[in-house]
Amino acid sequence: MPLSSRHLLGLAGVPKEDIQLILDTAVTFREVLERPIKKVPTLQGKTVVNLFFENSTRTRISFELAQKRLSADTVNFSTSTSSTKKGETFKDTVRNIEAMKIDMIVVRHQSAGVPQFLTQISNAHIINAGDGRHEHPTQALLDMYSIKERLGKLAGLKVCIVGDVAHSRVALSNIFGLKAMGADVSVCGPPTLIPKGIESIGVKVIHDIDKAIAEHDVLNVLRIQLERKAGSSIPTTREYHNYFGITADRIEKNNKDVVILHPGPINRGVEISSEVADGPYQVILDQVTNGVAIRMAVLYLLGTMNN
Amino acid sequence: MRLVLKGLTLINPDQKLNSKSDLLIEDGKIKKIGDLTKEELKDAEILELEGKYCAPGFFDMHIHLREPGREDEETVVTGSNAAAAGGFTGVACMPNTDPTTDSAEVVRFIKEKAKNHLVDVFPIGAASVDRKGESLAPIAEMFDAGAVAFSDDGVAIKTASLLRSVMEYSLMYDAPIIEHCEDESLADGHMNEGETSTFLGLPGIPTVAEDLTVMRDIIMAEYTGARVHIAHISSKNAVDLVRQGKKKGIKVTAEVAPHHFTLSEESLKGYNTNFKMNPPLRTRDDVEAMIEGLKDGTIDCIASDHAPHSIEEKEMEFIYAPNGILGLETQIGLACTELLHKKHLTLDQLVEKMAVNPRKILNIEVPKIAEGENANLTIFDPNEIWTVDISKFKSKSKNSPFDKKLLTGKSVAVINNSQLYFEGNFRKI
Repeated sequence: MPLSSRHLLGLAGVPKEDIQLILDTAVTFREVLERPIKKVPTLQGKTVVNLFFENSTRTRISFELAQKRLSADTVNFSTSTSSTKKGETFKDTVRNIEAMKIDMIVVRHQSAGVPQFLTQISNAHIINAGDGRHEHPTQALLDMYSIKERLGKLAGLKVCIVGDVAHSRVALSNIFGLKAMGADVSVCGPPTLIPKGIESIGVKVIHDIDKAIAEHDVLNVLRIQLERKAGSSIPTTREYHNYFGITADRIEKNNKDVVILHPGPINRGVEISSEVADGPYQVILDQVTNGVAIRMAVLYLLGTMNN
Repeated sequence: MRLVLKGLTLINPDQKLNSKSDLLIEDGKIKKIGDLTKEELKDAEILELEGKYCAPGFFDMHIHLREPGREDEETVVTGSNAAAAGGFTGVACMPNTDPTTDSAEVVRFIKEKAKNHLVDVFPIGAASVDRKGESLAPIAEMFDAGAVAFSDDGVAIKTASLLRSVMEYSLMYDAPIIEHCEDESLADGHMNEGETSTFLGLPGIPTVAEDLTVMRDIIMAEYTGARVHIAHISSKNAVDLVRQGKKKGIKVTAEVAPHHFTLSEESLKGYNTNFKMNPPLRTRDDVEAMIEGLKDGTIDCIASDHAPHSIEEKEMEFIYAPNGILGLETQIGLACTELLHKKHLTLDQLVEKMAVNPRKILNIEVPKIAEGENANLTIFDPNEIWTVDISKFKSKSKNSPFDKKLLTGKSVAVINNSQLYFEGNFRKI
């Protein structure tokens, strides 16, 4: 059974069967990553362009490794200047790259909606590697994979996304994906970091971190963007840490079995203490390894699809 | 030359006129209203217009002509052509040109470009120098050069103190101050803030950004005694604020753009930049409040906020695409479809909001349909069903979200300045 869409733009509206297929496929590739020779010829002859309009280290490396391990030819295009400033329009940039005969585009961009826009101006398969504060589907898929790896299931689990939900692309994808898989999702943070009307997509909002820890099986802890600290969302990182930071004390007091995820890069001592970041509750480095397997699965499923 | 318009229903609520009659137009003037003799019909060009309506020429008091500055997107002439095609004989154009319309020279430049056209073009001068909100623009000089109102359109007048100065200064001319109501500190977004912006991951602009400025402006209008006109009102609370202001006798008027009584934020799903405008499309509740405001008279008129943009600028990543859509050539269709045929407004009310009130707000004489008067007329068919086709637009730009939309109601012809626009062509009459 192939995926129902020829692109991965986000997890909103993606059927459960597709998510299941990606997670199952990733199991096979996860095993490949343990082999001495971590390479399969699956995407030989396919060309993938990584189109990164925003700085990214781990996501880009993870995608690139996944592509190399599938034997695809990969090209990187990275720029942090917006097309409006550069002179050439985004559309022209894409048309030019497209003319070099490519099969897939992995895209990251500051603007929500760019992956969808790409499907209108390109014939390639489009994979969203993060668009604005909208979605980051492969991150959510690897989060789900890691949760399942630790707890054996997704359905019926209670998951809380903690922190800067308003400016996060990880939060929405997690919410859509987890809900499709039958998990119960909440968000926790100060009201200034919770976007307006989020309840309408079926999540509960809480502002008490102890309650969040006590009442959930999994906490997905989002990064507090330090460049925002002088803004109006939170007074200081110290205050944030004291009121919303995940510490060993809080876990010990409320729920010793809670599993901690973090999409990285982590700010030690802000949203998470070092004891937790390195402790037994977390699966943070597993997430990174699983990320390569998930991206291999997505690239494989889209790249081998009959058009 | 003599032109006979047959079978029309003449309608002008300003004259309490609503009757079926033929019209004889000679040398650009209304020569006779009523049954025409054989003598009068002789050698005249006769247009059979049975079932059509004839009103004072429609007037769009909020459009953007991109001249001077962005003649690739629209010029005074192409914008005026679009106005005529859309059924308008008069327009007021906003000062966000390049250079800004903040001097008598630019006002005169635009008037000069518009000379000899069927459509009357009335420039709106900037309220502050370069619309920066720092110092008063030369309002008196611009007024004498032909500016009819003052606005920093695109942004609200920056500070309360400058707003006060602009309002007080404008009292000398009884000119309205037109405000784009938006608190800049809350407006760092690309669509309406709410469930849909959260779902789409787009930064939102909350309705309070509009409401707060509307409130400030109404209170300042009360204090100074000046007239304030709220441009493109879009939020439910803002309509309420105007309603309360009017009740208190404050000199506040308001306009709404067709897209704000037609479309809601749901249209943004799909990230089509032709639905991106400022103020943004709001919720269904807000759309209903616009209709309610039009019905009870809180909203005085309909104005398109016609904002031409080049294809390459609109075909852009969503957050980088400019705000605004075309409006002139779909306005009558949308107003008839959404307001008249859904029984929200009567034909009289529609003419009031599209021909009479905009002129009254701008202190421009409302054309009369009477013998001896200059013929300044819009002839329209509220029942014509047509499909919007942007490739046929007279505007130089194509950024309309209404392409391929089926509308009921269309302009048939316009007459003004001894010219007729009919079936796609201008003619001297």
